[in-house]
Amino acid sequence: MLSVFANPARFMQLSGWAAPLFAVLALVLFAVGVPWALIYSPADYQQGETVRIMYVHVPAAWWSLAIYGFMGVASFVGVVWRHALADVAARAAAPIGATFAGLCLITGSLWGAPTWGTWWEWDGRLTSMLVLFIIYLGYIALWNAVEDEEKAARLAAILCLVGLINLPIVHFSVVWWSTLHQPASVFRPGGSAIDPAMMGPLFAMAFAYMALFGALLLTNMRAAINRRRVEAARMRGANAA
Amino acid sequence: MSPLAATFRRDFALMWGAGGGAMAPLGFFLGAATLVPLAMGPEHALLVAAGPPLVWIAAALAVLATLERLFQADLEDGSLDQFLLSPAPLEMIVLTKGAALWCAIGLPIALAGAPVAIALQAPLELVPAIVMSLGLGMAGFIGVGLVGAAVTAGVKRGGVLISLIVLPFFAPPIIFGSAVAGGAGFGPAFLILAGCGLAYSALGPIAAAAALRLQVE
Repeated sequence: MLSVFANPARFMQLSGWAAPLFAVLALVLFAVGVPWALIYSPADYQQGETVRIMYVHVPAAWWSLAIYGFMGVASFVGVVWRHALADVAARAAAPIGATFAGLCLITGSLWGAPTWGTWWEWDGRLTSMLVLFIIYLGYIALWNAVEDEEKAARLAAILCLVGLINLPIVHFSVVWWSTLHQPASVFRPGGSAIDPAMMGPLFAMAFAYMALFGALLLTNMRAAINRRRVEAARMRGANAA
Repeated sequence: MSPLAATFRRDFALMWGAGGGAMAPLGFFLGAATLVPLAMGPEHALLVAAGPPLVWIAAALAVLATLERLFQADLEDGSLDQFLLSPAPLEMIVLTKGAALWCAIGLPIALAGAPVAIALQAPLELVPAIVMSLGLGMAGFIGVGLVGAAVTAGVKRGGVLISLIVLPFFAPPIIFGSAVAGGAGFGPAFLILAGCGLAYSALGPIAAAAALRLQVE
């Protein structure tokens, strides 16, 4: 099953139509989700219109976490089976995950200003998202710092797996820390139950983000493979001349 | 002499002997701790409320400052190849190097934590807990630091990169260590910190050894 996808030629063939398919899917879902979320969904009885930030913020948070999990799986496959495409996938996913994490932090800050009355609160979830963002930056920086690509892939995979084991520990400790230091007034207890009328647009946006991730991931991977091919062809040309 | 004992002696001698020995990281630790009241202002009330946990920032920075050359020097002068040829498993050698680092800088900094915490207005009865938690926390920092140093061993001027990679993983020891220093003492926070420190120093060498095997390929 894994070896079927290990063939770059077959991957290029498959992703050649899968990437645009995901892109179209993302466009359609955003075309439905954005107006639904920003115009047609109900305003919150307490937060008013600012609740609409949620439709941008929450999917970004979900997917930044899920993408790190995806990178962890890809790294594991890359380390264990020396699966070349898995390395490419992990590397291609990192900037997308970092962008989603950054988007989550920025929109969270913009949401916090009107609702909590502060741009930044050292709350457990914000803090662990910030830590995740920094882990993404470290991972990307390591990839860029090691010159030999093969070696960079292996080292980054080790780092990614260490991060995967660590994320729950970091999250748990940050949550413990913030509940210890923080009055519980920021999150109204029992106020987190989401109205069904908000679930529709939220999930539309979540699936739109997923399709966007698919399209960007496949495009990034195709670019990486093509770059490698161009380099290989250039080497062959240099040898022939 | 067994390979592990030889590694310990060599690494400890190198760290203790190079650049003023343990005095350099210890001085760094004291210098960083001195910056705390300079940044916060010398008001007694403010330091009493917030000072003692900041000993952890100084300790974390002191560890970071020693990581860059930890495996890089071994990679450059061929010691790493010798480690791989040695009958002892690489994981154990890495653990031994970590232990040597802990003895050379972890233990002195933990002990120096006592006067520093007192200067930052920690109550005297908390000092034993602060010293012991610093010792355990340093083991945790070093355990994670080994991984950071191993994956960046081949990178020139990798100091900032190591810090970026390692700092997020410093969060749990800092959180629980600061809780100990902030007044929790030998409570649940201390036990969780001990768990973190021991787990990191047990698991770190395994990941670091995997990375080091790649570095010599």
